[in-house]
Amino acid sequence: MPTDLPPTADAPDAERSQPRVDEREQGGSQWGVASGRWTALAMAAPQAWKSLTEQLKMVPPNDDRPWDLRPIEQLDHIGAQLLWNHWRQAWPARLEMDSQHKAVLDQVAQYTCSPPPEPRVTWSDRVRAFIHNGPRMMFVARDFLALIGQLVLDIGRLLKAPHRAPWRDFSGQLYQFGTTALPITALVGLLIGVVLAYLTSQQLRQYGAETFIVNILGLSLIRELGPVLAAVLIAGRSGSAITAQIGVMRVTDELDAMRVMGIPHGFRLVMPRVLALAIAMPLISMWTSMAALFGGMIAADLALDISPAYFLSALPRAVPMSNLWLAMSKSAVFGILIALIGCYFGMKVKPNTESLGRGTTSSVVTSITIVILVDALFAVLFRGIGFRF
Amino acid sequence: MMMNHAPDDSPEVVQIRKLWTVFKSPEGEQVVHRDLDLSIRRGEVLSLVGGSGTGKTVLLRQILGLEHPSRGEVRVLGRPPGQLGAMGAANVGMLFQHGALFSAFSVLDNIAFPLRELKLLPADLIRDAALVKLQMVGLTPQQAGKSPSDLSGGMIKRVALARALIMDPPLLLLDEPTAGLDPESADGFCDLLRGLHRELGLTVVMVTHDLDTLFDLSSRIAVLADQRVIVAGTARDVIAYPHPFIHEYFLGGRGQRAMEALHEGVAANTAPGDLEAARTHRTER
Repeated sequence: MPTDLPPTADAPDAERSQPRVDEREQGGSQWGVASGRWTALAMAAPQAWKSLTEQLKMVPPNDDRPWDLRPIEQLDHIGAQLLWNHWRQAWPARLEMDSQHKAVLDQVAQYTCSPPPEPRVTWSDRVRAFIHNGPRMMFVARDFLALIGQLVLDIGRLLKAPHRAPWRDFSGQLYQFGTTALPITALVGLLIGVVLAYLTSQQLRQYGAETFIVNILGLSLIRELGPVLAAVLIAGRSGSAITAQIGVMRVTDELDAMRVMGIPHGFRLVMPRVLALAIAMPLISMWTSMAALFGGMIAADLALDISPAYFLSALPRAVPMSNLWLAMSKSAVFGILIALIGCYFGMKVKPNTESLGRGTTSSVVTSITIVILVDALFAVLFRGIGFRF
Repeated sequence: MMMNHAPDDSPEVVQIRKLWTVFKSPEGEQVVHRDLDLSIRRGEVLSLVGGSGTGKTVLLRQILGLEHPSRGEVRVLGRPPGQLGAMGAANVGMLFQHGALFSAFSVLDNIAFPLRELKLLPADLIRDAALVKLQMVGLTPQQAGKSPSDLSGGMIKRVALARALIMDPPLLLLDEPTAGLDPESADGFCDLLRGLHRELGLTVVMVTHDLDTLFDLSSRIAVLADQRVIVAGTARDVIAYPHPFIHEYFLGGRGQRAMEALHEGVAANTAPGDLEAARTHRTER
């Protein structure tokens, strides 16, 4: 029993009170004698533990060996467990010890048991799991479809009674998703523009086609890279935030509290986020494209001596206006998808922290994947639009 | 009923001297503790009582070393609490209000966690020790594999208690040990704590608002008000102390009902006038 305060690490008697076990001849039999502090604290020093295990090996628990535990200064449950396991979980033939230490050992002896067997995974379990998980993709698709359907209904409700909508939340989300994302998207866009301009300028100079850098940068940045880059950044930034926000609300029962008050999650949580991102996303994508074009313009000036004035005048001729509309509408779709996926995984979080982390990860990975898939779809569908031959 | 009192000459496990806690915020400074003194002796069960915002939990966190006082000194087992280091679990056990179980681990892994982190003891010894502690707090080995999210509130507290006790620390801190438990579980938990206190020779410091638990377990009660400990002593001493907070807390309606459950008549022979006053006050309301 821990009746003494544990010794401090630099206690002078640390050496003396180390847990020990020795063999001693007395009255015609070989006694096992334990002494020192048999506590977790004393045994947790690597040296003490090493010497103790070696000493224990020297004193094997023979059937007829008597044990003397009276010299033990302190015995806690870990020490008692060590002794008990050393005795192969049975009382030795003869035992001398203090009554207070006996109480600890009694408890350990009473409660030591073999752990409940781990449930074995059988083939039928695996088959069942497969059958269960197989259609899970279907469940996900069904839930996601339900979420979209609910969104449409909520937008209908919004149009019917616009004064009832959560406008404050909407404007707050717009600020969070849009305004605060401007610096990071501008920086990334600028650098990508510079890199792309330098890379292509090397090739173009070989063919003497320097002026085509305007076409290459303009078309690729406005039509593809700007929207996708912005969407990937926003998926990582806002998609994860949506999932974490709603997930924490699940963990702390806030979602249930809302439902009890009769406030629908779809109308109050999902719709403002989806609408805010649907509006913020095209603007951010245009902003990213602008920053990237600016970077490309400077790099073109430095690498190919194409003046910014020429760049700006050539840009409208190289990139038809339809590209901008395509990019903006594509971005709006990305925004809706990112917000919906974020909300979906947020709602799916179970009330524990592990599930929250997993949900956030899946949300980001899924939304980035979906964004790229949908972008490919757009590229195929609109391949005839926005090019000047 | 009340426990045997720790003799006054037993060594001090926790010493708090001239403690100041000041929270700074843009609105100004808020003094929570002002020249607070408190010492906790080995073997006693000390309850911290006080109104909301009197810094009970803050004091507990300062004893744990999770927060540092603005001024003054806290010593736990003769050392500043922050220096207990990796062996902290062997010195101080803490039962957090909501259990603070690691949700990624099973019950058994939660209990075994402090021992496993030593990376020294063999796995079977740790598993057996954790199973013993699991049963000491009144759970069955069949519950070892469950995850914390599958447990009821009372079971979470029991598992958290087993985890706090895995290395038999001499000092156990409890934050609202019976909050959120139904009366039966709360009584069971009090019995468990009393038994463990007796068997393990623990020093217990607890923050509680539950008067039943308070009278049931405490050997000493320390009342926090006016930014310091206004009185620390047995329930009888504390109730006799003239202070508006104590009057409101112990002699209000809830306090009386709790005390009626005590068959000691503590209140009757200390402040009969107060009791009358409180009773009429209650009927007026």
